Amino acid sequence: MSKNKSEYLINRHDNQYEVVIGLEVHAQVTSESKLFSTSATKFGAEPNTQVSLVDAAFPGMLPVINEYCVKQAIKTGIGLKAKINKRSVFDRKNYFYADLPQGYQISQFKDPIVGEGKVILDMPDGQKEVGIERLHLEQDAGKSIHDLDPKNTFVDLNRSGVALMEIVSKPDLRSPDEVNAYIKKLRSIMRYLGTCDGNMQEGSLRADVNVSVRKKGSKEFGTRCEIKNVNSIKFMQMAIEYEANRQVDLIEDGQTIDQETRLFDTKKNETRSMRSKEDAHDYRYFPDPDLLPLEVSDDFIENLKSEIPELPDEKKKRFIEKFKLSPYEANILVSDIETSNYFENVIKKSDVKLATNWIIGELFAALNEKNLEITESPISAGNLSKLINLIKDGTISGKIAKTVFEQMMEGDKDPQKIVEEKGLKQESDPKALEALIDKVIDDNRDKATEYKSGKVKLFGFFVGQVMKVSGGKANPQLVNEILKKKL
Amino acid sequence: MSEITKQSLSQLVENIKSKKLSSSEVTKAFVERSEKSKELNTYITEDYANALNKAKKFDEKPNLDLKLPGIPMAVKDLFCTKDLRTTAGSKILNNFVPTYESTVTQNIWNEGAILMGKLNCDEFAMGSSNETSFFGNVQNPIDKNLVPGGSSGGSSSAVAAQLTPITIGTDTGGSIRQPASFTGTVGLKPTYGSCSRYGIVAFASSLDQAGPMAQNVKDCALLHEVISTYDEKDSTSIDFKRNEYSKELTKDIKGKKIGIPKEYRVDGMPKEIEDLWKKGIEYAKDCGAKIIDISLPHTNYALPTYYIVAPAEASSNLARYDGVKYGFRAEGENLIDMYEKTRSEGFGAEVQRRIMIGTYVLSSGYYDAYYLKAQKVRKLIKNDFDDAYKKVDAILTPSTPSSAFKIGEKTNDPVSMYLNDIFTVPVNLAGLPGISIPAGHDAKGYPLGLQIIGKAFDEQNILNIAYAMEEKINFKNNITDWWVK
Repeated sequence: MSKNKSEYLINRHDNQYEVVIGLEVHAQVTSESKLFSTSATKFGAEPNTQVSLVDAAFPGMLPVINEYCVKQAIKTGIGLKAKINKRSVFDRKNYFYADLPQGYQISQFKDPIVGEGKVILDMPDGQKEVGIERLHLEQDAGKSIHDLDPKNTFVDLNRSGVALMEIVSKPDLRSPDEVNAYIKKLRSIMRYLGTCDGNMQEGSLRADVNVSVRKKGSKEFGTRCEIKNVNSIKFMQMAIEYEANRQVDLIEDGQTIDQETRLFDTKKNETRSMRSKEDAHDYRYFPDPDLLPLEVSDDFIENLKSEIPELPDEKKKRFIEKFKLSPYEANILVSDIETSNYFENVIKKSDVKLATNWIIGELFAALNEKNLEITESPISAGNLSKLINLIKDGTISGKIAKTVFEQMMEGDKDPQKIVEEKGLKQESDPKALEALIDKVIDDNRDKATEYKSGKVKLFGFFVGQVMKVSGGKANPQLVNEILKKKL
Repeated sequence: MSEITKQSLSQLVENIKSKKLSSSEVTKAFVERSEKSKELNTYITEDYANALNKAKKFDEKPNLDLKLPGIPMAVKDLFCTKDLRTTAGSKILNNFVPTYESTVTQNIWNEGAILMGKLNCDEFAMGSSNETSFFGNVQNPIDKNLVPGGSSGGSSSAVAAQLTPITIGTDTGGSIRQPASFTGTVGLKPTYGSCSRYGIVAFASSLDQAGPMAQNVKDCALLHEVISTYDEKDSTSIDFKRNEYSKELTKDIKGKKIGIPKEYRVDGMPKEIEDLWKKGIEYAKDCGAKIIDISLPHTNYALPTYYIVAPAEASSNLARYDGVKYGFRAEGENLIDMYEKTRSEGFGAEVQRRIMIGTYVLSSGYYDAYYLKAQKVRKLIKNDFDDAYKKVDAILTPSTPSSAFKIGEKTNDPVSMYLNDIFTVPVNLAGLPGISIPAGHDAKGYPLGLQIIGKAFDEQNILNIAYAMEEKINFKNNITDWWVK
């Protein structure tokens, strides 16, 4: 890792500690139906309305693999530049819980569907590669609801059997910022692929975070703790900071770290021990005899490869090379597929440089203020493109354009019409401008004299006056030229 | 015309098709005989009134093109039947009424048969004597003190006692063939993947297979033809070309090569069994088959392998019976307490024993030594059969190492009970078809069976061999109706 200002280290006395982080991300597969049943997967449905006999584990019910989910997992693997395993095996992970109807979760243990891959992060000081250990398919459990009744727990099985991809990273991450970049990149790739909507509020993306610390320069890993089921990037970052500092304090205090599973308490901003290694469940993994090993052919994989869209890394490269964007601009524009689509639609018929500035500047600020996604933008790509063309051909000035933009934000109006209706067209007729300027000089005789006697700073005053009188419509370039002559 | 319940399935079908008998007459006869036979304890759930109604409906608009037109039958209580209680012989499912039908039973109703009720069996099909059933043991119609075998003990007893013309059982380690052998009836365990497991209460998923049980080979072939279908709802169902087994049935087995595995001469096997086997070899020769000595060297390891694989799968399959969703629930202080009480009270001793064995062999630290090794041995056992089938078309063995034993005789000695499966479990481990046919009696007059094991998907061949030998053996069951009230 390069030595630079973004390096994340914890200092205690004379010691510097590095934080080592690995993530197990649980990403819900975008799919109409569940991994082994035909039940729907819609978020927010009434409890227990999306449950089949298979999901509720009735006697004699058998799982049947959903081919679409398999395709989604393989596509994700391709997006992670990972090895696709042509043969993978579903195992049973056995444990008892009220929201786990079968008494086991069908998962993949020894032979996952996707093997090693990588994700490239764009950090402020350059790129960083994070290794992917594996990706496997598994069933989600149902949901236990403990707070609806003082004595009973209610169980909602809508989520039971929903397909998840568990994406395990190598312990390559070194700071909360890198975790932030990693999750966002992973999310971006999956959204480009349409394999996971990445909606963290709805629980479509959650992570178990493995944290350990070691003295800077050490090659050995420290003992790690796993923080279970963290469902926002912010909480992940807070949990890592707390946990890393806790571990450093223990080491500085001459104590050892117990390998254990911990919970992050979002209210107290601290991690708490959930169970030690000794109390760890014995999941008694074994191949699910109800399912044959999953075998996919080369053709099957090749077909899926042909369906893979241009992914963020490639798109970024293209934007830089073809449109001469800066890496910073390209990163912002490719970060999610909707933004890059919007951008590409705008520049179909308008200037790239102006479009980039208007999208990253005005549009993002306006959307942010209204808390809208790019897909909900009141200004369509076509109309933004028209606005940019009005600036480019001199019909309106950049300043007027901002006024027009504000009106467009109120509803998707054609900028041309706004300019016409409100008479905002730029005044570029030299004769008209001369008349205006003559009047301004006339009205400010004293200042004109001062200017002539050497107070050249007053030039700006005259420009301002002309613009004011013209209602902002005067072509600034022409005003400059004529004023110089007249004064 | 002979008494209705004494007729074979084939005769009944013929008589209904030729309108000599109505479905109502046939159904009434079997219902009445079943009602007089409560002492055998073959039924867990009776559905006689519905059966008679369905028969009446059938007769109003008879479809005589069906394979089982208006034929009444009872089935093992391991098959889920829509709207009719399905218990798997367990207290934990005592109150369970499925809203769905197993594929195998659906296939049967689609061919015109009528459900009379659900037959007793060992709890979750775990047992060789029908003594582990929550609903009590079943008597063998041969003798009131004898077990009918297991786990399909209610099924074998009901067919032998002519309470149902045919039935279906399930066979995980011998649960169709051993009870058939104990009751002088015919039972076929099909190739793994031949019959759908959808809707059958699971015991050990990689071994479980449904199959027909009947009074003769022809009936067995007809029922197998009905139940064996490819089913997308079972991922282990295999899509292969299925025969019309009853139509293609032939006694011409001239030149068929039948293997005799030396490893099946086990220590302590009664002389009667040895003699029966020899007799079987002679019958096969009489039919024109060629006898070839073969070796299945890993036979000795089959039983220990089975008693690792089957309990391992069962321990996981039975985890769903936790009192949360359906079935029996004992109240507890908290979730864990509820689980413990529900499962302690809901499962019987044998089921608990197997769950514990299975949990143990899958535990971390033991998995490699037991489960993984057992899977490797299982492969070796399968390889033995593959090698043998390079030389022979089928294999002939005794079905069981003894005739039916006495009720209570082995209940306190699980290992001796498990030994009963010694000739049948290798067939399940290898996923092959096997049929047991009655072939003689021991000194006490109890029936003894011979097993014919086939290549995978070669049910037709073993049915043919059984059909040919059946004629030569000309077996007669000694049943006196002692229980009929």
